[in-house]
Amino acid sequence: MSVNLLVIACLAYVVFLFLVAFAVERQAERGRVRWLRSSLIYTLSLSVYCTAWTFYGAVGYAARSGLEFVTIYLGPTLVFVGWWLMLRKLVRIGKQQRVTSIADMISARYGKSNLIGVLVTLLCIVAATPYIALQLQSIALSFAAFTSELNGDGLSDRQDFFALWVAAGLALFTILFGTRNLDANEQHPGVVTAIAVEAVVKLLALIAVGVFVVWVVADGPGDILTRIDAAARPEWAIQPGRWIGLVFLAGVAIICLPRMFQVTVVENADERHLATASWAFPLYLFAISLFVLPIAVVGLELMPSGSNPDLFVLTLPLTLGQDGLAMLAFLGGFSAATSMVIVATIALATMVSNHLMVPLWLHFKKGPAGRRGDMRGLVLNSRRLAICLLLGLGYVYYAVTGGSAALAAIGLIAFVGVAQMLPALVGALFWRGANRIGAAIGLGAGFLIWLYALFLPSFGPGVFLSAQVMAEGPFGIGWLRPYALFGVTTLDPLLHALFWSLTLNTVAFVTGSLLGFPTPIERVQGAQFVNAFDIQAGARGWSQSAAEAEDLLAMAQRILGTAETQRFFQAHAAAQGKAGFLPDTTPQFLDAVERKLAGSVGAATAHAMIEQIVGRAIVSVEDLMAVASETAQIMEYSNQLEGKSAELERTARQLREANDMLTKLSVQKDAFLSQISHELRTPMTSIRAFSEILMDAEGMPPEDQVKYARIIHDETIRLTRLLDDLLDLSVLENGQVNLDIQEARLSDLIDRAILASNSVQPQRKFRIQRDSAAEQVKVETDTGRLSQVFINVLSNARKYCDADAPVMEISVARNEDMIEVDFADNGSGIPFEKQALIFEKFARLTDQMQAGGAGLGLAICREIMINLGGSIAYVPGQGGAVFRVSFPQVLARTEPDQGPVSERSAAE
Amino acid sequence: MGKRVLVIEDEANISEAIRFILSRDGWEVEIHPDGTDAASVVTACPPSLVILDVMLPGRSGFDILRSLREAEPTRAVPVLMLTAKGQAADRELAARFGATRFMTKPFANADLLAAVRDLAVT
Repeated sequence: MSVNLLVIACLAYVVFLFLVAFAVERQAERGRVRWLRSSLIYTLSLSVYCTAWTFYGAVGYAARSGLEFVTIYLGPTLVFVGWWLMLRKLVRIGKQQRVTSIADMISARYGKSNLIGVLVTLLCIVAATPYIALQLQSIALSFAAFTSELNGDGLSDRQDFFALWVAAGLALFTILFGTRNLDANEQHPGVVTAIAVEAVVKLLALIAVGVFVVWVVADGPGDILTRIDAAARPEWAIQPGRWIGLVFLAGVAIICLPRMFQVTVVENADERHLATASWAFPLYLFAISLFVLPIAVVGLELMPSGSNPDLFVLTLPLTLGQDGLAMLAFLGGFSAATSMVIVATIALATMVSNHLMVPLWLHFKKGPAGRRGDMRGLVLNSRRLAICLLLGLGYVYYAVTGGSAALAAIGLIAFVGVAQMLPALVGALFWRGANRIGAAIGLGAGFLIWLYALFLPSFGPGVFLSAQVMAEGPFGIGWLRPYALFGVTTLDPLLHALFWSLTLNTVAFVTGSLLGFPTPIERVQGAQFVNAFDIQAGARGWSQSAAEAEDLLAMAQRILGTAETQRFFQAHAAAQGKAGFLPDTTPQFLDAVERKLAGSVGAATAHAMIEQIVGRAIVSVEDLMAVASETAQIMEYSNQLEGKSAELERTARQLREANDMLTKLSVQKDAFLSQISHELRTPMTSIRAFSEILMDAEGMPPEDQVKYARIIHDETIRLTRLLDDLLDLSVLENGQVNLDIQEARLSDLIDRAILASNSVQPQRKFRIQRDSAAEQVKVETDTGRLSQVFINVLSNARKYCDADAPVMEISVARNEDMIEVDFADNGSGIPFEKQALIFEKFARLTDQMQAGGAGLGLAICREIMINLGGSIAYVPGQGGAVFRVSFPQVLARTEPDQGPVSERSAAE
Repeated sequence: MGKRVLVIEDEANISEAIRFILSRDGWEVEIHPDGTDAASVVTACPPSLVILDVMLPGRSGFDILRSLREAEPTRAVPVLMLTAKGQAADRELAARFGATRFMTKPFANADLLAAVRDLAVT
């Protein structure tokens, strides 16, 4: 196969990836990203974990150490299966805080401290650079293997040249799709989709080679198992301590690797995708590791001794004349390498730009940034520069050290390096007491020990550390030997470094946190991180200040772009109820701006930029208040409970009142029935007694007989009247009255009423005063019913007025459309405590002898007036008893069961 | 003492009927229609029997009964409660306050006469 064909295939594949990324970006810009942001794409993009190291190196690893390579997949599998524990929280916080990288997340948690950001960034660069170099090397090696120009490990200029081109191509791709624009969420759908495509290619390639090996070269799974048993070597034996260490290391790496953080947290579009990935990603890892051991075993059998096992995936099909399969394998390896480089570079470039370049630029440019100039350009260019620098660094590292170390070793060394972020990260998520001092000391200590005990020695004696230091320790201090710190010699260098770096890191972190005192922002952020699942509203990090909305607008425009910023400001102004583009600079708004900016330049930088505009220290009473955000939440919760309890109390009171009312009604009903019974029995007693007397009337004078018969007659009428009243009241109360509306002169009605009431205690002489002029008014109402009310009121006065010379004064007044007729006597009136009772049924205040009625009169009057659209009321404080009857001059003729009912209910 | 019956009753027709029924049997009937001073009327001249209504103007029949039973001169005077309130609670109240007998309205004339003959201390 010619080199040209290989290069053309490579180029075609790269062009295909460019097209995929480009198409997706176009779709994303048009907002059609739904299917692209699916859990499938998300899971596939996670496979960026499987680099060229996995693709080529795992086979080599298996050839050297048997099953141990599985640990590299077991760790991530455990982390994803237990996603609920840590990943979910990471993703949630990542979204809440608009985190742009792992450095951003850690610095955001520790008081938006840029020192921490710088530390993490440096750590990641140092750890990732060899890793990137490793990818370039793997591409170069595979290229060399393919072109059959390679013997042993030597590298020719041609491969270096190829690697350089690959690095340049990757830089171009990353710049094009990683820094297209300054996205608010720092997400790159084009890149992610291209990565997902590469994930499929590398999986298919490895499975294709595996199937070829198992079913074509060997005789199926059974045969392969036999061969594996036969090939087993003593060094393949499982070492439990090493297994545990490596599983742990790989688990930590999947969380802490900058590129994994990028795809898992930053590029996550939906938290639910994580749930899918929790089983789908382990499945992917299982699939990709399934054929590693068969390929290794068959490679060891068939390939000449001394062949690089790291390249068996490629060289095995080549040797067996399977050029097509080899091409697929090459593209798989190419995919694995490029995807890692692209994502790692984007993640690192974001960190470098946000934590190193932009802060430096802000630092040297004192005072509030000028209003002109688009800072987006600065940020994007700094990222482009960082991408080039990182790839350049990787290439230089490759060119200088290329081929010196086995692939797997570099991978594991990088793992230990990024693992140094674990204590600070775990502390960030679960320990509110963790602070930036602890984080800085811990990171620093871990970083140094990693450098000294693992990273620098890995270059071999004499490169960074002399052979003498390696063997005897610096200045001959034995317990400081890089591979035997504190005299521990039983661990292999990797686990040794992992153990000491993480132990001292954690001790320093915890000690520093316990001794140090967190700043207010740290407390706020700590509460937000640790309680990420309880938090509804955002942090309240900014206090009311003199920050000019206009300055903020000018600054934000330079980061976010004019249109986007103006939309954002306008929306917030509208939310505050203001027109235009300038909202009040409330703490909430400042916080929102900061978050928005943080999405582009990271939390620390965004905070610093706002600080520049606000122009003062940000620790204020409000900040301190915000520190108590958790307390505030508890208080709010308690307030809610209190509110609920008050509501319950209100309901209970209403129920109690309703119950009281029902009880009262029930008592009233019983009393009413008892009253009716009494009122009926009284006339019946007379009737029975006299009828019995008349039955035995022998010798009784006829005039007595007539007299007793008349009593019976009168009592019967009384009974009838009582029953009539009861029925009348019942009809009135139910609003089923048929009103007989007629026109009449008010004076005539009063005349008639006076005449009728005179029959009550006719012996009493009442002087009646009237206002004849005012009475000359025509009314249109049920005149019969109205007269009934007048008669009742006048009769009552005749019965109850206790004046020696009783006077009844009748006055008429108009109140808009209502006529008010007042009946005032000159008696002693009705005592205050009884005034409320008089309109109740059977509420006769005095005795029966005087009253002569059943005590339903005023109750009936009240019901009649309600039916006439008016009212009857006792007017207190007038000396004598005064009843005011008011009613509309003209009563609208309505259906009998309409108007009166509603007015009645309104009156009650 | 004679055969004197005091009727404390505000309904004129009822007291008229009682007067007729008892007079025909030879009783001397005195009618008092008001509750307020009924007790003092009894004390002033204790009759052979008091026929007492409950629903009286001024003062309840139960109230009058109680003060009769508390005062020495009237403690032993037989009292026939005659009321339109016939509920068990009223009956109990009357018994507790020391009514000699309890009758509800309307009544049979013969029953009333029998009760008076039975109870009156002559």
